[in-house]
Amino acid sequence: MDKSLTAMPNLAGADRLSAGPQGKRPRKVLSGRNIMVYGALTFAAIYYLLPLYVMVVTSLKGMPEIRMGNIFSPPMEITFEPWAKAWASACTGLNCDGLSRGFWNSVKIMVPSVIVSIAIASVNGYALANWKFKGAELFFTILIIGAFIPYQVMIYPIVIVLRELGLYGTIYGLILVHSIFGMPILTLLFRNYFVSLPEELFKAARIDGAGFWQIYFRIMLPMSLPIFVVAMILQVTGIWNDFLFGVVFTRPETYPMTVQLNNIVNSVQGVKEYNVNMAATLLTGAIPLIVYFVSGRLFVRGIAAGAVKG
Amino acid sequence: MMHNTVPLRSQYSVSIRELSLSFGAVKVLENLNIDIHDGEFLVLLGSSGCGKSTLLNCIAGLLEPTEGQIFIKDKNVTWEEPKDRGIGMVFQSYALYPQMTVEKNLSFGLRVAGVPKDEIDRRLTRAAGILQIEPLMKRKPAELSGGQRQRVAIGRALVRDVDVFLFDEPLSNLDAKLRSELRVEIKRLHQSLKNTMIYVTHDQIEALTLADRIAIMKSGVIQQLDDPVTIYNRPKNRFVAGFIGSPSMNFMQGVLAEEGGRFLFQTNGVSFSLEGYQASETLMPGRAVILGARPEHIKVDGDIVGGEVHEAIVDIEEPMGADNLLWLKHAGHTMSVRIGGARRYAPGSKVRLAFDMTMASLFDATTEERI
Repeated sequence: MDKSLTAMPNLAGADRLSAGPQGKRPRKVLSGRNIMVYGALTFAAIYYLLPLYVMVVTSLKGMPEIRMGNIFSPPMEITFEPWAKAWASACTGLNCDGLSRGFWNSVKIMVPSVIVSIAIASVNGYALANWKFKGAELFFTILIIGAFIPYQVMIYPIVIVLRELGLYGTIYGLILVHSIFGMPILTLLFRNYFVSLPEELFKAARIDGAGFWQIYFRIMLPMSLPIFVVAMILQVTGIWNDFLFGVVFTRPETYPMTVQLNNIVNSVQGVKEYNVNMAATLLTGAIPLIVYFVSGRLFVRGIAAGAVKG
Repeated sequence: MMHNTVPLRSQYSVSIRELSLSFGAVKVLENLNIDIHDGEFLVLLGSSGCGKSTLLNCIAGLLEPTEGQIFIKDKNVTWEEPKDRGIGMVFQSYALYPQMTVEKNLSFGLRVAGVPKDEIDRRLTRAAGILQIEPLMKRKPAELSGGQRQRVAIGRALVRDVDVFLFDEPLSNLDAKLRSELRVEIKRLHQSLKNTMIYVTHDQIEALTLADRIAIMKSGVIQQLDDPVTIYNRPKNRFVAGFIGSPSMNFMQGVLAEEGGRFLFQTNGVSFSLEGYQASETLMPGRAVILGARPEHIKVDGDIVGGEVHEAIVDIEEPMGADNLLWLKHAGHTMSVRIGGARRYAPGSKVRLAFDMTMASLFDATTEERI
């Protein structure tokens, strides 16, 4: 040992290392920690995915097979008939044109609501973040309080307001309600995002002579794609999944998809067609699901960006 | 302030009169007055929170003053929009529009103002030529290095053909090497353009190297407004003396005494002759004072040319290449002395030292103002 030590400077490469730990520390694959983490994750995943599995499987079975009661077993004979029926011919009361009418109603409600609420909220947030005006803090506080008031409290007054405006029972009334109720949370979202953008950019644009709208459209908008995606996802899923406002503020011919789904599932005539109900539910949930899958990564990025400051 | 309507002849490029700004109860600026000459390079220097950036933002029109007036080129711009003030501004974080190419960044202000296309091209070419950023015109800011970004940011002010350039700590985000390079470039730019430039920084080296005049600020008040040499050699008060200079000036608390017509500075029982010091007021024996001397104005051993010689002990030495900084113990004080880099002393060794009183500073112990 002594000899090798004194000779060390002349040795090359691996010979210079002494015995004992070196480099990266080895880790066990099956450590207690790993078992805990992966076990918990697997359990949670199964817990959430099992109902979905049952729904998909059931919607692909015929009624005779369902009556046998093996809800977890895969279909022996795959049929898409329940899906077709749910979409085009399931009955709610007197109508027998399935969910399709509700789907198009929901689209007609959702698209304008999403556009209007995001357009207004983004300008609100921009003004609150960058153009400090007198009473801005108070205005913002009131808006935020609005986010915490339970919707049920406001239903009756809104019914009266819509009636007076002549919008009660129409799609436009519901669009108005959705646009207004999306305002607090969206404004908060946009304000926090714009606050997180460097203030000097805004100052530079003002020195360059740009006004309120020029800065908004030419400087701020191109920088805020992520937060617009976040807002869009929030609004699309929120408005699509809304049941309460839909059932209160519209009439049967303008019911959104969720209300119609409820009516199909809860209709009392004849046998309960579980396969059709499952298919109808999956169809209704498809839109939010697709939105999440398509824009999930942008969503995370936008949320993270908005959360840095503010 | 209606009486302040004296017409100004165009001797001043920027004139700030009785400017105050407060956020609620917090007074950030108080009754500020500065007149900046045409073509002058003025540096606002101070530690963070002293109000220097606030003042710059007021001049730019990005902040509204609570009281007072701002004149640019003899025009009262107190209520004007930033774009109408004839200013260009360069920010610490560059503030380039990330989605636009360099070309679009430079021309944004001109496009907003509706300047004709050929005029925009002409100004872009000129600015790009001056700053040597022609190869970068098609790139986005993310593809530029820090120094290139700051050059583009300066270009954005350049194309606007303005009278006054405002710099808000433009070099603070750059590494030390780039900072010294761009510092020289800014100085060269000023020499060729001869525009008025107002430059905010906390870096005294930038202030001393660039400025025609430096305004040292502390808690919203200008402590001293003078050329760099005066600021360095004849600081008006103790704050300025301690703020400027690295390593910092040595300070010793003591009292004045008189002996045979000569004034002495006494501290801890040791007397220093004040011969050579030019006081701005009559010295009174018994007055409590602070004596300040910069490390290079205390001479050691071979550097001593005359005057009163003391003996001190070397505490530690800090060799810095060109210079060697000695920390000496004498009269109960520790003082730093700058000597040539080749001269080395072992800790504990004895040295002779003498003060160059012509370059020293005396401050009143209570008001801390220069005597």
